[in-house]
Amino acid sequence: MTAREQKRQPLSTGSEWTFELIQAYDREISRLAERYALDTYPNQIEVITAEQMMDAYASVGMPLGYHHWSYGKHFLSTEKSYSRGQMGLAYEIVINSDPCIAYLMEENTICMQALVVAHACYGHNSFFKGNYLFRTWTDASSIIDYLVFAKQYITQCEERHGIDAVEDLLDSCHALMNYGVDRYKRPYPISAEEERRRQKDREEHMQKQINDLWRTIPKSADKVSEKDTARFPAEPQENILYFIEKHAPLLEPWQREIVRIVRKIAQYFYPQRQTQVMNEGWATFWHYTLMNDLYDEGLVTDGFMLEFLQSHTSVVFQPGFDSPYYSGINPYALGFAMYTDIRRMCENPTEEDRRWFPEIAGSDWLSAIKFAMSSFKDESFILQYLSPKVIRDLKLFSIMDDDQRDDLLVPAIHDESGYRVIRETLAAQYNLGNREPNVQIWSIDRRGDRSLTLRHQQHDRKPLGDSTEEVLKHLHRLWGSISIWKPCRATKS
Amino acid sequence: MSYVIDRRLNGKNKSTVNRQRFLRRYRDHIKKAVEEAVSRRSITDMEHGEQISIPGRDIDEPVLHHGRGGKQTVVHPGNKEFTAGEHIPRPQGGGGGGGRGKAGNSGEGMDEFVFQITQEEFLEFMFEDLELPNLVKRHLTGTDTFKTVRAGISNEGNPSRINIIRTLRSAHARRIALSGSSRARLREAREELARLKREEPDNFGDIQEIEAEIERLIARINRIPFLDTFDLKYNLLVKHPNPSSKAVMFCLMDVSGSMTQATKDIAKRFFILLYLFLKRNYDRIEVVFIRHHTSAREVDEEEFFYSRETGGTIVSSALKLMQEIMAERYPANEWNIYAAQASDGDNWNDDSPICREILSKQIMPFVQYYTYVEITPREHQALWFEYERIGEAFPDTFAQQQLVSAGDIYPVFRELFQRRLVT
Repeated sequence: MTAREQKRQPLSTGSEWTFELIQAYDREISRLAERYALDTYPNQIEVITAEQMMDAYASVGMPLGYHHWSYGKHFLSTEKSYSRGQMGLAYEIVINSDPCIAYLMEENTICMQALVVAHACYGHNSFFKGNYLFRTWTDASSIIDYLVFAKQYITQCEERHGIDAVEDLLDSCHALMNYGVDRYKRPYPISAEEERRRQKDREEHMQKQINDLWRTIPKSADKVSEKDTARFPAEPQENILYFIEKHAPLLEPWQREIVRIVRKIAQYFYPQRQTQVMNEGWATFWHYTLMNDLYDEGLVTDGFMLEFLQSHTSVVFQPGFDSPYYSGINPYALGFAMYTDIRRMCENPTEEDRRWFPEIAGSDWLSAIKFAMSSFKDESFILQYLSPKVIRDLKLFSIMDDDQRDDLLVPAIHDESGYRVIRETLAAQYNLGNREPNVQIWSIDRRGDRSLTLRHQQHDRKPLGDSTEEVLKHLHRLWGSISIWKPCRATKS
Repeated sequence: MSYVIDRRLNGKNKSTVNRQRFLRRYRDHIKKAVEEAVSRRSITDMEHGEQISIPGRDIDEPVLHHGRGGKQTVVHPGNKEFTAGEHIPRPQGGGGGGGRGKAGNSGEGMDEFVFQITQEEFLEFMFEDLELPNLVKRHLTGTDTFKTVRAGISNEGNPSRINIIRTLRSAHARRIALSGSSRARLREAREELARLKREEPDNFGDIQEIEAEIERLIARINRIPFLDTFDLKYNLLVKHPNPSSKAVMFCLMDVSGSMTQATKDIAKRFFILLYLFLKRNYDRIEVVFIRHHTSAREVDEEEFFYSRETGGTIVSSALKLMQEIMAERYPANEWNIYAAQASDGDNWNDDSPICREILSKQIMPFVQYYTYVEITPREHQALWFEYERIGEAFPDTFAQQQLVSAGDIYPVFRELFQRRLVT
């Protein structure tokens, strides 16, 4: 009874938003988030129109992108499907930067704005700040500066060398963008200012080294040193763009710099590609928790809550495999289910949970999910935390499609004997290493025709897609010399 | 701490450049689509954009990805009837969720990339490589109107245009320059005087001498005039030729009995095309409609295209009327005059030489461009041959073409206004 009396006035009753209201909601949500000790970057909430949202879409969420036709293509298709009502726009876009920039759309109701504030400004934001991949691979404080530098540099190149030359180069780099990522080395965070200064030195220094590698002055012919016959690179290189930037024989300094820019941006997006389920699940979990807390304190009305639940359920809706709406596993649904389940296992563990997750069953839920958020990526997160209950709830099953057999096999379903198999299969499905063909630079012919040999480690006989030929043409353009394809069946150890 | 920022007023067209880049890259595709659209759609609805579709494979961005095949194991949600170890037949067509492998992510099935271009862009592509003949010439030679524009500062001018700031600045600079050495010596003398007074207060001779020197120097500095005629600066105004940006378009059409509604429709499309084209080049454009059979009349648009009249044909009546209207309302030094004449080529044979006479003497010298389209599948008659002679006399400003069907309009239009290489 006392709790009910203590209930405060709701912050708003209508559905219209104002700047004051957004701020009031933000204040309350921030207060609640502090209760859970969510560690976030400062927030910068920007209210934009639908057209601006489409712009933001087109530049893949980068607040400032260099100019390229492919962004125009994105924009045109977004614009078309939006104006025909085939597609609603995302309610929000959030950028991994410090301060963390979140876009709210003008058309939304105050309920949606509050949801987005909770989802983006406290959910995604704390994920960006907490997850180890983001901490290692991206530097939130310098990304905006770097994008400014990149945009200016590319504009300058366009002025100096013509739009076509730059566009061709960017096309080629984009084709190999997913192979421009360092998986093991952490790049140093540097500011745009420094980047500009360094870029000058780098140009000169690099050109010198490349010339050295490709020196054609004959050495004393009688003794071919061991160094000359050794394979180069000594180890296969997975970061193809990096290799091109450093060793391609015919690129101009400015071209190397552009390769570098594309590579850096690929690196910046690399963690996002690996943490879809975790990131969206985390943000969804927190908007759900925070909005319910607001309701419990009487700060929002029943109508507000119904509107919220309506959009929340549509976000976490997972259509079955046979539904016409099915397009793979919904990362929001899977992530939300998993975090919610971790909390459940901590608070109300069953006998099964104690058997499967002895280390978290009955422990403090907040530190358990924070640990889960900070120390994993999708693959390992699923491998670690996908519980039998979530598998049962989602009725997960696997299908093996072997092109050498006439029918499909169902290796495992959501039963006692299948839990582990499902978990491993699903985890592998989120492993970028499995999702993308394993292609590496194998060697270059330094003494001969400078040809570049690539090696594809085939896994489970999966062939390469049909645009491979085109990608090779792009690689050829960058390398400037012949590239050879060397398929190779992986020997799985 | 959170900041809420209102960005709604920021530019919304951040993607414009990228959009332009896209259009630029696929301009051949778009141009083809526009050309098809022009011949397909009625010219009256040129006033909106167009949907362009480009084959999906032409705009794909290639990446390395897995194709179908091999052994692929995928987890799906929503199991209903399957049990572990069960064999199920492979779904045909791969449409339903079950059989779809990872390759589904790569964007297959997008056959056509469809998007909208605006009317502006549509016209841009439509009139690309087309040019109004003699536009430049008129800008250079036909400049009878001028406007005065500011053109910096000058040393000479009218007292009412004095630029006070620049004048005083220059006076100040002159005073500093001319008094420089005197002031330096004055400073030295004053120091010397102070020293003498401090160290040799009894040395009256020197002190007096220096005091006299100081007075002399001050007087010299004061003699430098505060303002000299030399300092005066004036705002300079120059006359710039003001190219006439008004155009008038004369539409002349034969409405005699031999012109059917279909022929008139073709003519109408041609006129509209010309109108749209002129509109892109001139701020202000007026249209004069003149219809004629044996006598000519100036009419409004509705009547021009749709009212029915019959009778014989005397083309020169329309030319005479045009000449009168030109003389009365559109002096050639103020207006860029364009004329388009449509006819089926029928004319009283005796009249055709008169037409040539009027055209070459009274009309051609004043117009920017005169186009004649003959809408007929038949042999040319006297009028065409007379006009050919005009074309020889005014090769830059006169053109004639023959139209047979509506499909010819656009190609003929392009031919008439094809950008000509400057020779």
